[in-house]
Amino acid sequence: MAEFFRIAWLVMRKDIRVESRSREMLYTTTFFAASCVLVFSFAFVRSGRPVEGAEAGIIWVALAYAGQLALGRAFERELHQDALRGLLLAPVERAAIFIGKLLGIMLLMGVVEAVVVFFVAVFFSTAFFDYGLLFISLLVTGTIGFACVGALFAAMLARSQSRAVLLPVLLYPITVPVLIAGVNGTLSLIQPEPNLDLARFWLALIAFFDVVFMTLALWTFEPLMTE
Amino acid sequence: MNQFDFQQVTVSKVSRHYGRRRALSSVSFGLQAGEVVGLLGPNGSGKSTLLGVLSTLIAPSSGEVRYGEQPSRALGADLRRLIGFLSHDLQLYPELSSRENLEFSARLYGQQQPSAVVNDALVRARLVERAEEPISGFSRGMRQRLALERSLIHKPRLVLLDEPFTGLDDRSTSELIERLRQLSKEGCLVVFATHDLDVADDVLDRAVVLRTGRITELPEGHGSLRSRYREHLTGGGSMEQRTDG
Repeated sequence: MAEFFRIAWLVMRKDIRVESRSREMLYTTTFFAASCVLVFSFAFVRSGRPVEGAEAGIIWVALAYAGQLALGRAFERELHQDALRGLLLAPVERAAIFIGKLLGIMLLMGVVEAVVVFFVAVFFSTAFFDYGLLFISLLVTGTIGFACVGALFAAMLARSQSRAVLLPVLLYPITVPVLIAGVNGTLSLIQPEPNLDLARFWLALIAFFDVVFMTLALWTFEPLMTE
Repeated sequence: MNQFDFQQVTVSKVSRHYGRRRALSSVSFGLQAGEVVGLLGPNGSGKSTLLGVLSTLIAPSSGEVRYGEQPSRALGADLRRLIGFLSHDLQLYPELSSRENLEFSARLYGQQQPSAVVNDALVRARLVERAEEPISGFSRGMRQRLALERSLIHKPRLVLLDEPFTGLDDRSTSELIERLRQLSKEGCLVVFATHDLDVADDVLDRAVVLRTGRITELPEGHGSLRSRYREHLTGGGSMEQRTDG
């Protein structure tokens, strides 16, 4: 097990190092997510008063689209100079490679989330951190579920010419329960009378999806990666 | 520790199809430890696919490859630990430096002293002075030398090289030939696909020719590798299969 996590850490560290040099995904995703929030703020804030509950939807929509950008690029980068084959030839558990890539994507999405939450909080005057632990748990579990399915599909489609079209077509129908649960969970925390039990229910539902998605991803990654 | 090792590779009736396109058609041949075998053939003849199959990255549609007595599907990571593959695309990260690229591979292959191994590889690649620079600024030849060292960093038993002489200057080419001879002396099985027949002539023990996915042994004889190869192709070299090993 220690070897598994050593490889995952190695792959994640490599991805972070590559991204820290190019900053291509970081700039693209954060700029896109921030623009998204800005545009929505014009649509949903009237006479200085935001439409009630709009913030929850905006956060998750911005995260989903920014996440999709990151997912596509994370595996496209491995295709450059056929580095993916180099990774797959290594004498390591391929699931560890998947977890390493997943952690790298999640870290990037975490940065985007911080930016999005900050802008939404400012534009919509929303107090997300009255129940900070629950809110962060929703974001973290939601990110795991979305990134897990996304990373699996992105890896699977890496060699496909039409991957840019196919990734969202496959990704959204499967992750929509996570996104809906994320929106509802967030909404139950930021409404005038927060409903913590409901928020916990949605959190548990996302955690359930995470377990299912992660199990399927770890199980199928190796056969999907064999040409 | 890894216990598995092998002295020969046997390819038996391996076919690989991509949809209706047949990349390899019932290919059979054998490799022995210490041999340097050239894979020749026109573009699109299936050389890279065959290297991919030997590396275990591409699964055959039918037939099997045995490493020693064991079929590849039974071995997994224990087998991959003994394979070094230099692809035509160099499998390097352009944003990383030579040292970082090598170190990543060394750690991935579980080398006990990655820093020492990487330093040796940098010396062999003649990249010590540029070890900390991102390789995106390197010439093709420099990246080729680096990729070669990356593929050999774990001292593999089976060395697969796809167009290893691409972009190399005379000095690097001579060094590579010497390196391949050394690997052969150390008991490695070396297979490389190439179009550089004059260069390959210096190092090959034997050559096989792939044409439209079928393999034939290039007969021994007088004359250079190039002339024998041309004669083989134009003279309609027998398309019968030959099985070795």
